[in-house]
Amino acid sequence: MKPGPFEYVRPASVEEAIAALEDGGYDAKPLAGGQSLIPAMNFRLAQPAVLVDLEDLDELRGIRAREDGGLIIGAMTLHRELERSTLVAERAPLVAEVMPWIAHPQIRNRGTVGGSLAHADPAAELPSVMQVLDAVLHVRGPDGGRTIPVDEFYLGLFTTALEPGELLTAIEIPPLPAGATCAFEEVSRRHGDFALAGVAVVVETGADGAVARARMSLLSVGDGPVLAERTMASLVGRALSAESIRDAAAITAEDLDPPSDIHASAAFRRHLAGVLTHRALDRLRA
Amino acid sequence: MKQILELRVNGDRHEVGVPTHFTLLETLRYVLGLTGSKQGCDKGDCGACTVIVDGEAVLSCIMPVQEAEGREVRTVEGIAGRRGAHPLQKAFDLTGAAQCGFCTPGILCSALALLEVNPQADRDEIARALSGNLCRCTGYTKIFEAVLLAGQAMSSGREPAEIIGEP
Repeated sequence: MKPGPFEYVRPASVEEAIAALEDGGYDAKPLAGGQSLIPAMNFRLAQPAVLVDLEDLDELRGIRAREDGGLIIGAMTLHRELERSTLVAERAPLVAEVMPWIAHPQIRNRGTVGGSLAHADPAAELPSVMQVLDAVLHVRGPDGGRTIPVDEFYLGLFTTALEPGELLTAIEIPPLPAGATCAFEEVSRRHGDFALAGVAVVVETGADGAVARARMSLLSVGDGPVLAERTMASLVGRALSAESIRDAAAITAEDLDPPSDIHASAAFRRHLAGVLTHRALDRLRA
Repeated sequence: MKQILELRVNGDRHEVGVPTHFTLLETLRYVLGLTGSKQGCDKGDCGACTVIVDGEAVLSCIMPVQEAEGREVRTVEGIAGRRGAHPLQKAFDLTGAAQCGFCTPGILCSALALLEVNPQADRDEIARALSGNLCRCTGYTKIFEAVLLAGQAMSSGREPAEIIGEP
């Protein structure tokens, strides 16, 4: 199978890339690591007329420490770099934990964090992880830059708040609050396959031992990352216990309306979401 | 629409005219005639097209050829040296790790990228490094044995046959 013909553009700066994307409008696509876009093009599920390759934009690469303990990650930073970074392991352990779950080594050697976030595949791990970490996305477009919290970035299936001509340039992760712990769990048929369901969770425990704040987001059970708001509320104000975890798992499963497909029925996905919620929270209680 | 690119493959420099929509795999197979890398799924699922780019295993079927410019590409054709088969290839032969052989070039590349960094990789590390390569014949046991043996050979400088006591 072959992709349809396209014009290949390789800008040398972010400004040039934005200009090329603006010129191309809806027919232009930015190419990051290409690990989702090229398969889609090989099967002609995507047929962009112009491919704007971000390969040379070194200003979009790298992991920088923020003074307050957070991180700024360039959108073109490879999964592999996040996986091997001691800075990420130290400051964003949830990001380090999720890396081995993302596809296979070959994919992580080319795939980028920004590409994964902007592609908005509902089965992707990073959108949920960035959501529970309260990450903020830095975007640049023809009219300048803006920031978008992850909570407002995902609008639907493969759809984000990015306008044509806009480029995701960096991801800012605030420092993990004191007393916060996090976990990630997913189920897939074989390791590296798309998840049938998955969950990312951050729990902040107060000095009194009760949960002060909780963030939980699920993947592969909706049109994008699904924030489990009622579950989060149910956890706050009491210590994590067998009972509170059981409640949280039940609420998570109850609130979801997952899709059925060849890989799993809606009922099975709902069941998995409950089990995974249970497992993730159990780990945080231990 | 074609463009002229300069590629470095297995130590050789090639100036090639390729259609802009070609992947690295299509260029290797249909322009350079290096048909060792296999075209399996064309969507990054099977790993049969795995090659080594700047020391890392990547999927050539989903890498636009332009992105290989300025990089060192190695394919299964480049694994053997002047003195014959690479220890990894000998280990595959000795342990019977190849059956139909379709997945083998990709698996050799994934395994080599691992062993060149970590020849003492254990079975778990090998399994993780090969998790993106599907084999439908062997059930992986002999493949893991082969990669373990190759790692031993590469870190000790001994021949794989000598290690397992084959004549």
